[in-house]
Amino acid sequence: MGLRTFKGGVHPYDGKELSKEKPIKELKPQGEMVYPLSQHIGAPAQACVAVGDTVLRGQKIAEAGGFVSSPIFSSVSGTVKAIEPRRVATGDMVNSIIITNDGKFIETGFEGCDDYSKLSNDEIIKKIQEAGIVGMGGAGFPTHVKLSPNNPEKIEYIIANCAECEPYLTSDYRSMVEQPEKLITGMKIILQLFPNAKGLLGIEDNKSDVIASLGKLVENEPRIEVVPLLTKYPQGGERQLIKACTNREINSKMLPADAGCIVDNVATINAIYTAIVEGKPVMDRIFTLTGDAVMEPRNYRICIGTSCKEILEAAGGFVREPAKIISGGPMMGFAVMDTDIPTTKTSGALLCLSQDEVSKFETTACINCGRCVEACPENLIPSRLSKFSDHGDKAEFEKWYGLECIECGSCSFACPARKPLAQSIKTMKKLVLADKRKK
Amino acid sequence: MSNLLKVSSSPHVRAKDDTSRIMLYVLIALMPTTIFGIFNFGIRALLLVLVCIITCVLSEFLFEKAVGKKSTIGDLSAAVTGLLLALNLPHTLPVWQAVLGSVFAIVVVKMLFGGLGQNFMNPALGGRVFLLISFAATMTNFEFDGVAGATPLALLKNGESVNTLDMLIGRCGGTIGETSALCILLGAIILILLGVIDLTIPGIYIVTFSIFIMLFGGHGFDTTFLVAHLCGGGLMLGAFFMATDYVTSPITPGGKVIYGICLGVLTGVFRIFGNSAEGVSYAIIFSNLLVPLIEKVTVPRAFGIVKEKKAKEVKANE
Repeated sequence: MGLRTFKGGVHPYDGKELSKEKPIKELKPQGEMVYPLSQHIGAPAQACVAVGDTVLRGQKIAEAGGFVSSPIFSSVSGTVKAIEPRRVATGDMVNSIIITNDGKFIETGFEGCDDYSKLSNDEIIKKIQEAGIVGMGGAGFPTHVKLSPNNPEKIEYIIANCAECEPYLTSDYRSMVEQPEKLITGMKIILQLFPNAKGLLGIEDNKSDVIASLGKLVENEPRIEVVPLLTKYPQGGERQLIKACTNREINSKMLPADAGCIVDNVATINAIYTAIVEGKPVMDRIFTLTGDAVMEPRNYRICIGTSCKEILEAAGGFVREPAKIISGGPMMGFAVMDTDIPTTKTSGALLCLSQDEVSKFETTACINCGRCVEACPENLIPSRLSKFSDHGDKAEFEKWYGLECIECGSCSFACPARKPLAQSIKTMKKLVLADKRKK
Repeated sequence: MSNLLKVSSSPHVRAKDDTSRIMLYVLIALMPTTIFGIFNFGIRALLLVLVCIITCVLSEFLFEKAVGKKSTIGDLSAAVTGLLLALNLPHTLPVWQAVLGSVFAIVVVKMLFGGLGQNFMNPALGGRVFLLISFAATMTNFEFDGVAGATPLALLKNGESVNTLDMLIGRCGGTIGETSALCILLGAIILILLGVIDLTIPGIYIVTFSIFIMLFGGHGFDTTFLVAHLCGGGLMLGAFFMATDYVTSPITPGGKVIYGICLGVLTGVFRIFGNSAEGVSYAIIFSNLLVPLIEKVTVPRAFGIVKEKKAKEVKANE
């Protein structure tokens, strides 16, 4: 009997040993803080402070711009220096609030809650919304929206995404090792919202110690279960995780809720715990600084808004000349031009590699070997989709299910001709979706 | 601005295997067959192997030079074509004919259609069939232990008996690389273990062919007859090393199944109802031509799409 998983996927070098054994270190920023107003899916937040205002740690500095949006909080005390566009990890210029950090970390008061079981569902969701919680695994979808499906009684599974399938990243792993009770309590809070749901903790089997320790913790929790998963990328992809945990399948036009599931990342569930039990909004997160080019790869608890440059300097800088720096993991992260970019609610890692594998290899002709087909977790034919993309053939692209691509990058990884398959498919997807919006 | 870092679209890491490494794996997997062929047929077999490989690589190099393209001989695919072609020739073939076949395989079948990945027909088989049609006499002049004679399949076709153990080991007449089923299977195991091929196409090919032979071969469940057919006439070499050629076989999982069935049926038809005792080369080449059509009707349904329909049914039932 094999471990639960999905069909397809790849096994990249995981690089987790660089950072997985070291405890999380607290990192107090000294420099200027940058808070992009758009660090979630949905409408950008609206600044509610003005230049020159004094702010405290935990103070709301931007209001949600709508229901599908999220407020933003200052993670330091200091003064608002400017509100201006700044470059973020994706390379875009995003309007941001810049705060001069006074280094004192004076907090606003936080009102915790000793017994969350007394809270009503509406109160819990309201608190989550007000705390600015979004999908902290990287997607940044506002969590209060996710937790408000049309038919809450039809939700059968709350799946905690503990897979952490991206190579090199260990932030979820470290937080599960160091503060597992936050995850369990956070899960119990979510389960309170959904009376018919069961909580599943989907963990890849390369984290067997956590599977064991969390398994012990939930022994007396009838509604929570640990689900060991095969270690394979992209096991933590939402659709793949649902398939592995429940054997249900969803496509691009469905939400997890259509299959009776809600999926939340470890960091998000921890944030729910912090928001409900401690009454604190999203100000900090666990951040993996890793790669063979950095002096001290490890996890840090950072204040959101800290510049990646400052984190790097605090960690001792580089041991080797970095050839490529990636915000996020090597499979789906964004390569950055410069490290002077702010961390946001969704930044989980900065990966500094001394080798740039992509430019090292030359693209050769497709030999139709089918490795991309084997690798595709969405059962697509990436080599064909890429060809349709090169030819600009939108009709065939859609017919071969190009829009189902989850952009995991497994096809490009596996390709022996080193073709940038995922890149051309992503590009075509954007064009087709843009056409659809026009209609 | 010069100190900005390089950016590119994700993913930022790549798997180890590249095209030349895969081709190297194929060359390694063909070694048992090649060495046995040389041992079986003598130094002339070695000569043909070298001639074919050198001619193939050289003609690809010169063609690319002539048309001003970047040389691709480093991907080793031309070497694989050369070796496969040599293994499909009788060791008695005049050298100039082997050279001609190699040039035809690379220049006409492969390069004129755009090079690696663009050819619609297996180059080695294209070269072989070209020679077979042009030089029927020398291409079917099989000698074994210095004695000219028919291949086991030809004997079988005439109703004579054959020694299946010899056929399994390969101690019989035929082309350089087709005689030893054991060596080919050893190579196939290497390819499967290295992840170069899977069993879908060869497995379905062999099973379909076996069923066909049992139904229409006129010998019922005569295992000797079946084994002789499986080991003879290049079926093993074709099934594991040529039908599995990436470029000329379907990429869709469903397409691989249909392709395998086509191969099995066609080989059976050619052998049982045709004039020739062989048929593998023609079956593969013919099926190569069907690949675009097969792929068209076997576009796999994306993940989650099937369930959507079922989900609707479930909802309707509720």
